[in-house]
Amino acid sequence: MAQAVAHRAEETEKTALITGSEAIAVACKLADVDVITAYPIRPYDTVMQYVAKLVANGEFDCEYIVAESEHSQFEIVKHASAVGARVFSGSSGVGWMYAFEALTVTPALRIPMVVMVGNRALDDPGAFGVEHNDALAVRDLGWQLVWVDSAQEALDTALIAYRVAEDRRVFLPCAISCDGAFLTHSQGLVKIPSQDKVDAFLPPYQRGDLLLHPDNPITIAPQANEDWLMEIRRQTAAGMERSTAVIREAYAEFEQIFGRKYGNPFFEEYATEDADVVLVGMGTLSTPVKVAIRQMRREGKKVGFVRVRWFRPFAAEELARTLGRFSAVGVIDRDFSLGSPHLGGVLATEVRAAMYLATSQPPVLGFICGLGGREVTVPDVRKMSDIIREAAEGHPQPPTQWIGLRE
Amino acid sequence: MDTTATVETQPGVKLDPFKGVKKLPLEEFFTSGHRTCQGCESALVMKMMAKAAGPRTIVLGSTGCMYVANTTYYSTSWVIPWMHTQLGSSGSAAMGSAAGLKAQMRKGKMKKEPINVIAFCGDGGGADMGLSAISAALTHPDYNLLILMYDNESYANTDIQLSGSTPYGAHTTFSPPGATKRIMHHRWKKNMAGMLAAGHPTCRYVATMCMSYGLQGMNCVRKALSIGGPTFIHSLDPCPKGWDYDPILSHELGELAVATGIWPLYEVKDGVVTLYGKTKQLAEGQSPRLPVREYLLKQGRFAHFREEDIEYFQKKVDEMWERWLIPGVIPFVKDVEDERISA
Ligand SMILES: Cc1ncc(C[n+]2csc(CCOP(=O)(O)OP(=O)(O)O)c2C)c(N)n1
Ligand code: SF4
Ligand SMILES: [Mg+2]
Repeated sequence: MAQAVAHRAEETEKTALITGSEAIAVACKLADVDVITAYPIRPYDTVMQYVAKLVANGEFDCEYIVAESEHSQFEIVKHASAVGARVFSGSSGVGWMYAFEALTVTPALRIPMVVMVGNRALDDPGAFGVEHNDALAVRDLGWQLVWVDSAQEALDTALIAYRVAEDRRVFLPCAISCDGAFLTHSQGLVKIPSQDKVDAFLPPYQRGDLLLHPDNPITIAPQANEDWLMEIRRQTAAGMERSTAVIREAYAEFEQIFGRKYGNPFFEEYATEDADVVLVGMGTLSTPVKVAIRQMRREGKKVGFVRVRWFRPFAAEELARTLGRFSAVGVIDRDFSLGSPHLGGVLATEVRAAMYLATSQPPVLGFICGLGGREVTVPDVRKMSDIIREAAEGHPQPPTQWIGLRE
Repeated sequence: MDTTATVETQPGVKLDPFKGVKKLPLEEFFTSGHRTCQGCESALVMKMMAKAAGPRTIVLGSTGCMYVANTTYYSTSWVIPWMHTQLGSSGSAAMGSAAGLKAQMRKGKMKKEPINVIAFCGDGGGADMGLSAISAALTHPDYNLLILMYDNESYANTDIQLSGSTPYGAHTTFSPPGATKRIMHHRWKKNMAGMLAAGHPTCRYVATMCMSYGLQGMNCVRKALSIGGPTFIHSLDPCPKGWDYDPILSHELGELAVATGIWPLYEVKDGVVTLYGKTKQLAEGQSPRLPVREYLLKQGRFAHFREEDIEYFQKKVDEMWERWLIPGVIPFVKDVEDERISA
């Protein structure tokens, strides 16, 4: 069936020069989302500006609600999803934190909402630029978290996110992280798939026996204490565990229907085949990293890059196996985890934890870089590569270093 | 009220007022399985609210006694679909549910039919934390929903702490009378219904009620659900634990709150204010307004009151009845006096 659809839809596929935010707005339209809630905060809010235009122009039929706070934004879609509606929302920085209570309750309620986080530094001091601490704050709660680095990937991942989140084996929310400015506001050529293909890929949202409706008069989220809470947590955890396989299935079918390949869904490998050392990171720092790697390769330095897409679920074993192939690993965090082991970033700490059970354990160094939207430059990347090379050659290095910091 | 062409409201459920106690349906939609205190008037509000709304209803309940005591895992008292919502989320819960139903019905994803959406909250959840979301919900004429605030005049579930809706001077666990400070809580109770009615001119129905007058209360709920758009009801609910009195007095205390004029019963329907029930009789002079002393001294939470405290309380209530632009509803006085002088 996928084949037949592919033929028919080729004619209607369009290419457009759009930003990451607009790409996600287009995905919402293609996914026929029913309820969307907006509240202004830069940089994510651009997605809602595009949604508003689509609604105003009659191109997109949904309940589009401008809420009075982020807390309400996420509570409104949570309840809309409970009565069976497909929903979308989003936020950035302190806005995401303002919604934190709502974000906390959503996974255990098994609400498969899909949202966009336009990653932004947390105030104070006020800053618009990208940092990943906002989205990462929910990492322990049952949210699926994915980072993308291009407008095309943003659109595709939004469709994949609905399919995975709404899969009854998972039924957990998913946040798509787009680096503020570098992706939310940067345009790229995007192939916009035809409605036919999207319909073939994304089945309707069915809440089944969890639907809140007079025909299914259930009581949702009654008080449960020590007598049952642990079993309920275990069920939520099991949903997250199953998500890994469901993500794999979704990417495989995505490739079949849309013809675009993402390879391993969980992380992208760049120039790793013959690399001796690798950098690891998330989001749009892939651009300077890839440019620097091309430069260094011309000089004979065999550096590779692993870009982590799905942070939750975290593909620990697979990533550890991959990273074990190299003689040193440098993890670039666009975030911080103050007081954490080795005073490192969140990603570095997770990568080290993943490596703990690996048979091959090269040194893992952490770099904190590009905070508050500061550019991660090509010289920064070269510097980090040099440091991990030193480690690979047996010269011990500090476990965490801040790169691009004014002295 | 005229809703402009840009607002598309789903047809509401048609619920005619109950014509008398004997005409009430016997079927219950909030039934056994709850663990509220003996004499809990808020539980009675839940029961009457559900009966008034009927089976085609979805109820969203904010954290508080009416969550914790009513829905224990494996023993819910709700016959109709019910979902917990966060303490400050009654407005958002109602809006999200109504919007979700509306979108799916319009787009052919769900059978078209009127379904009642009711979100309830306590005074802590509503008059304090959830005020902003309730206010937002009341500005959306395109969603049919009712937000019902059951006011037991404290954060009861967490062991009786003062809220913005706790009466002046009341003893709560956060405002215990002490050796130096007899009155720890000296804020006057928020005028929630009046504030919401005045502040949301497109909201078609706001009312106060007290379940000591059960039939009137149920008919408030039925009007709120039938009129179309977002609506709000503020219910005053005697709470034996928080107010510290013998549970046998619950019904009587509700009546006394009204008879002393402390709790005025009124509706604001399409911008028209109507005092109803006992309050109407007080306003028209058909029955005397009782002194607040009779109400206060029946409750342990005012046991530390001295004469001067009772007098202050009485003065504030008199002021409401004698000087407010609309007694019990709109607390502005200045222009009225000017008008009276110039007339
Ligand atoms: C965000 C948040 N803060 C605090 C609480 C703790 N809490 C649970 S129930 C409750 C009391 C709510 O009071 P009210 O809304 O008046 O309802 P009542 O308990 O009186 O019925 C509080 C404060 C909570 N659940 N959520
Ligand atoms: S504390 Fe008050 S409101 Fe709570 S259950 Fe007891 S009587 Fe009802
Ligand atoms: Mg209360």
